[in-house]
Amino acid sequence: MTTPEELRYTEEHEWVAVRDGDTVRVGITEYAQDQLGDVVFVDLPDVGRQLDAGDVFGEVESTKSVSELFAPLDGEVVAVNDAVAESPELINSDPYGEGWLIELKLTDAGTVEGLLDAEAYQRVTDG
Amino acid sequence: MKTPLHEVHEGLGASFTDFAGWTMPVRYSSELAEHRAVREAAGLFDLSHMGEIEVTGPQAADALDYALVGKLSAVTPGRARYTMMCNPEGGVVDDLVVYRLADERYLVVANAGNAPAVLAELTERAASFDAQVADRSPDTALIAVQGPASAEIVGAVAEADLAALKYYAGTPATVGGQEILLARTGYTGEDGFELYVPAERAPEVWRLLTEAGRPHGLLPAGLACRDTLRLEAGMPLYGNELSAELSPFAANLGRVVKFDKPGDFVGRAALDKRRDPERVLVGLRGAGRRAARHGYAVLRGDQPVGEVTSGALSPTLGYPIAMAYVARDLAEPGTELAADIRGRHEPVEVVALPFYQRRS
Repeated sequence: MTTPEELRYTEEHEWVAVRDGDTVRVGITEYAQDQLGDVVFVDLPDVGRQLDAGDVFGEVESTKSVSELFAPLDGEVVAVNDAVAESPELINSDPYGEGWLIELKLTDAGTVEGLLDAEAYQRVTDG
Repeated sequence: MKTPLHEVHEGLGASFTDFAGWTMPVRYSSELAEHRAVREAAGLFDLSHMGEIEVTGPQAADALDYALVGKLSAVTPGRARYTMMCNPEGGVVDDLVVYRLADERYLVVANAGNAPAVLAELTERAASFDAQVADRSPDTALIAVQGPASAEIVGAVAEADLAALKYYAGTPATVGGQEILLARTGYTGEDGFELYVPAERAPEVWRLLTEAGRPHGLLPAGLACRDTLRLEAGMPLYGNELSAELSPFAANLGRVVKFDKPGDFVGRAALDKRRDPERVLVGLRGAGRRAARHGYAVLRGDQPVGEVTSGALSPTLGYPIAMAYVARDLAEPGTELAADIRGRHEPVEVVALPFYQRRS
């Protein structure tokens, strides 16, 4: 199970990648996709939606179960991955790449620092 | 608890789940690939968590006729029967496959979670008969090969006349020099076989089947795809469609209750009064891709009229399917209802079961 060093993480098994300045990309971790099994449906928000950290912004559904997606930080949805809505299996095959979910323009770019680093997230999944 | 094949599954990189106290493989790689393999080629399942109980003796048939709702005395040696054990109130204790191995010898196969209850009830219910009840579960492994290629694969490793082995029949066979019970049964909606194997020989039999299956596209298959396969085939799962509160009639399985057999049987009087349940089991077809799941409400307008027992996006059909209990007057195919999928009301239509039927 890989946990890229350069990403930040949440206890809800999402990753956050800083794009440029105050924009971040969000997805679910390899651990999360492995727990879910084959993802068959993804429900993502519309661009322009304002999210507070902890808000439910969508769902990922496998044949066995459903998981809600939680906004990792405060911000506005500025992009959604249409490819993953079309081909949800990208979340399984490339969770940190092609399987990304949304991009957020953060209300406060500094809040990224409050997320888990790779080492701390590893402890969450080992726990 | 772990099955005799646990190390084999670990070697295959399986993900595990707890099922009725057993650590079972939920998938090896992708449950969708495993599901497809069973529909198009073959899948190899470890079902060693199931309970095997042997009932023997001069009155074994009479004991089972009393203990179960079916007429097991009418089963020809070498054949199997799908049946149920009910409680005195007519609720289902478990659904079972019973093999008649010989005139005075039966094998009762119970669901993992219910096996202790079935063993205890059988022991008690058989006490006044000249019959013995013995738990064979600890020394029995159960391996299933399911799918259109299963006859060729099993035929390559088993010394047995498969052409003569009908659906719901069982025969002694030899695999790798080992005597086993080979049955043509399953829980996937495909042609398939179940091999009852001495526990210590299970890894060897698994290996032989894996090798014979390789050219046919056989994949090891976990519980995740087993659930979607049986759901597509409209087969009930105890704990979802069947329970101690529900009668076989509610599940549209009243045909397994044989009122015409002589003598009393446990649940007879209560079952006779439960032939017309208020709610019955139906199939539901959804639109889009969001599946109704176990426990979700079924609605008519805004009125709750039932509850989903199992549901998934059907891997074979590509649309959401579910089984649900609904009010009897809404059970007609074509009836338009809705499912409450986490707050959103999605339209569903009552359809005939099964959702999927193999071309035979």
